[in-house]
Amino acid sequence: MHGVSAVKIPIQVTVNGQGRQSEVEPRTLLVHYLREELGLTGTKVGCDTSQCGACVVRMNGSTVKSCTCLAVQADGADITTIEGLAEQGNLHAVQEAFWDKHGLQCGFCTAGMIMTVVEMLERNPNPTAEQVRDGLEGNLCRCTGYHNIVQAALAAAEAAGG
Amino acid sequence: MTTRIFGSGIRRREDPRLITGQSTYTDDIQLAGMVHAAILRSPHAHARITGIDTAGASSSPGVLAVYTGADTEGALNPIPCAWVVPESDVKAVPYPAMAKDVVRYVGDAVAVVVAETRVQAEDALEAIDVSYEVLPATVNPEAAMQDGAPQLHEDAPNNQAFHWAMAGGEPDAAFESADVVVRDTILQQKLIPNAMEPRSAVASYTSAMGELTLWNTTQNPHIVRFLCSLVTGLPEHKIRVIAPEVGGGFGSKIAMYPWEMITVFCSMQLGRPVKWTETRSENYVATTHGRDHIEHVEMAADSSGKITGVRTAVYAGMGAYLSTASTGIPTILHGLMYSGTYDIPNVKADVYGVFTNTTPVEAYRGAGRPEATFLLERLIDLLAMELGQDPVDVRRRNLIPKFENGHDVSTGITYDSGDYEGALNVALEHVNYAGLREEQARLREQGHYMGIGVSCYCEICGLGPSQVAGAVGFGGGLWESAIVRFHPTGKVNVYVGTSPHGQGEETTFAQIVSDELGVPVDDIDVIHGDTSTTPMGWGTYGSRTTVVSGGAVALTSRKIKDKARALAAHLLEAAEEDIEYEDGKFFVRGSPDQSKSIQDIALMANVAWQMPEGMEPGLEATTFYDPPNFSYPFGAHVAVVTVDPDNGFVQLQRYLAVDDCGPQINPVVVEGQIHGGVVQGAGQALWEGAVYDDNGQLLTGSMLDYALPKAHLVPDIETLSTVTPSPHNPLGVKGIGETGTIASTITIYNAVIDALQPLGVTHLDMPLTPERVWRAIHQQG
Repeated sequence: MHGVSAVKIPIQVTVNGQGRQSEVEPRTLLVHYLREELGLTGTKVGCDTSQCGACVVRMNGSTVKSCTCLAVQADGADITTIEGLAEQGNLHAVQEAFWDKHGLQCGFCTAGMIMTVVEMLERNPNPTAEQVRDGLEGNLCRCTGYHNIVQAALAAAEAAGG
Repeated sequence: MTTRIFGSGIRRREDPRLITGQSTYTDDIQLAGMVHAAILRSPHAHARITGIDTAGASSSPGVLAVYTGADTEGALNPIPCAWVVPESDVKAVPYPAMAKDVVRYVGDAVAVVVAETRVQAEDALEAIDVSYEVLPATVNPEAAMQDGAPQLHEDAPNNQAFHWAMAGGEPDAAFESADVVVRDTILQQKLIPNAMEPRSAVASYTSAMGELTLWNTTQNPHIVRFLCSLVTGLPEHKIRVIAPEVGGGFGSKIAMYPWEMITVFCSMQLGRPVKWTETRSENYVATTHGRDHIEHVEMAADSSGKITGVRTAVYAGMGAYLSTASTGIPTILHGLMYSGTYDIPNVKADVYGVFTNTTPVEAYRGAGRPEATFLLERLIDLLAMELGQDPVDVRRRNLIPKFENGHDVSTGITYDSGDYEGALNVALEHVNYAGLREEQARLREQGHYMGIGVSCYCEICGLGPSQVAGAVGFGGGLWESAIVRFHPTGKVNVYVGTSPHGQGEETTFAQIVSDELGVPVDDIDVIHGDTSTTPMGWGTYGSRTTVVSGGAVALTSRKIKDKARALAAHLLEAAEEDIEYEDGKFFVRGSPDQSKSIQDIALMANVAWQMPEGMEPGLEATTFYDPPNFSYPFGAHVAVVTVDPDNGFVQLQRYLAVDDCGPQINPVVVEGQIHGGVVQGAGQALWEGAVYDDNGQLLTGSMLDYALPKAHLVPDIETLSTVTPSPHNPLGVKGIGETGTIASTITIYNAVIDALQPLGVTHLDMPLTPERVWRAIHQQG
């Protein structure tokens, strides 16, 4: 056990368009790397069993639960977090829709929800409400009852002309 | 004329930081020199500690210190129970921050490690060797009171934490003379709140000044400061508590917890900032739970369906210790609501608070009122079944007629205003109740199981007044204060002592001020959550923030308007009584072109060049507002479910909430509260429950094992409202944060039982999981 922390592995990642070089313990989770090493605390840790989805980020275009991925597995990857979603100060359409539709209350699940919906709409630009609900299977929210999150996803799809 | 901002569903002003990842929750805080604490928790529900060896942990990499109960015993006073209900023989047993001799639940703290990094602290926990002599445990609140049950505390024989008795009218006589009596035993299962943000604290103590700053995921930073002073002995004026962004609470962030006091202790010992954040699995055992009642309930009625009495014996699990507000929940916030929306002349409750070897119980969304609503609405459905009447007809026969200013009920409280039948009519018309019943009959003929649940509720919230708080043993006040401050440029800051954590008061309070004073809403920022900048307040719980804190904001705005009018008169060289106000402008009656805007007045008040004789500079006011009564929102909800007899799966097909919280400041925010509350209540009806084995091990101890509502399991929630202002507060508003949860559990439960009625099923324990429902179907069939 004592030896574990001595070993560090070099990794290179691109996070929100910026190249990063770090040395991490093999056991370091991607979410802890993002939050503690890079200071990108917009990504949240809501559980320890990969249920809640508060830690969802995009890695090479796919959504991943960053609590279920080691930092070393992200070596060479291109990662987008909630902090990198708005471009030049313009909110992403999904961020805008969450705001418009009151798709958040306490905000803790929101980063993971938004990242999930962004990818969901890329795969299916014109989802039904049922498809949105199914697509949120890996994300928990305790405040909204999901109603307005679904509305936000549908509104974002409509805004994009899906 | 512009649209009135009060009542407008504007976008929330707190959202930009939340949708971009720029908000700061407690665990996001990094301080120079900060180190990390991890807490070793008992794996046993009940055991004597016979030895603790910390040597291995102390020498682990990065470890600065290891402390046990022997270290904290003299330094930290016991955690206080802050609600001691009178005349109930409350046993406020010692609640140490860290166990020294005996552990009483899985999750009790045994040791804490502080290390340079969190993983080092967690690694070192594994090197602590604790020897336990395991003792028998007791987990069921009714069984725990029987002779021979394992005893938790010497000072609490039969594990009885308290006995609260309440009676109104002549309940026993009512039951003796009743034509019909219906009975049930209701299991209000223990629930785990699951705010999405786990609990967290950062403590930073500076010895030179004797000052402590504590960042804390709390619903009530001023109460934390108050109680932290009692536990640590630090003077209250040397403590600053900050609730930064808080990721939901639902009652689980009210209590004074041992864990942040341990974190404070570590910072004081080491002279370094210390952070502690629980893991989710730790949250399941270390953060307070809710409900946990076993209730024997009965209702008396005459043959026409007129209810004549309600009697209960309630065993309310308290967990291993009395958490901060725990004793008030199954008593004051529960028993006093036994008349519900009905005229029930005779009521009686015997509520036993019981210690069990489980995580302490606290408020959980609704806190006492969901349990009261559940038993009334369940008994009414049973009564209807017994009498062969439609459950809606039985409700109508007993509803309190519409009233606008006060109605006394047999439990001894006075409701503020209500139009219960009005809400029920809106609900029934919207769903076409008669049509639903016809559809149900058709489906039954085809062998399909569809159920309809209809319930009426009203609830007590908007807590205070403070005088009542004192009379019922609450160890604090229930007033709120607000400061409204105009800056020279006409921009405004509002400071409140409540501490919203998702409910949107940064928006709705700005709407109140904007409406009162004509300042654009974007020129108003609401500040909350920091005891060093906000005035004293008792916090955000009990659906009280909009009612009490919002009342303080409105009254403060009106004080400012009065001063602004006087200054405007002086500047316009007119008599004050000749000054009129419209849309943020003051003008002499008949000369609206010669006006002073509120911003002009703000500048002139701040520079103070031409103040009238005796008027102080500045445009700022403070109000301490203590409401004269609680608020009593109400409504009628309808659920439609289908049950698949092959697998027992309950599908919530439709849910309608008709709620009356008086005038709505922001209807979009109101609807959001209802959506979330309804789904949380659905969770209790259908999926959630803390399951313990006989040894006190929590079997549902992670998000993998505890079934939270997911998006694909619930439908859209339909919302409608009626508007009956409260006569008591400046805005006429009533709380809306908990109504969804209060009504939805029983509405859905009744719908499921209604679906199973052809099979003769009249009772099932919650949650109504597929397995339970399937077994019920197949045992009956």
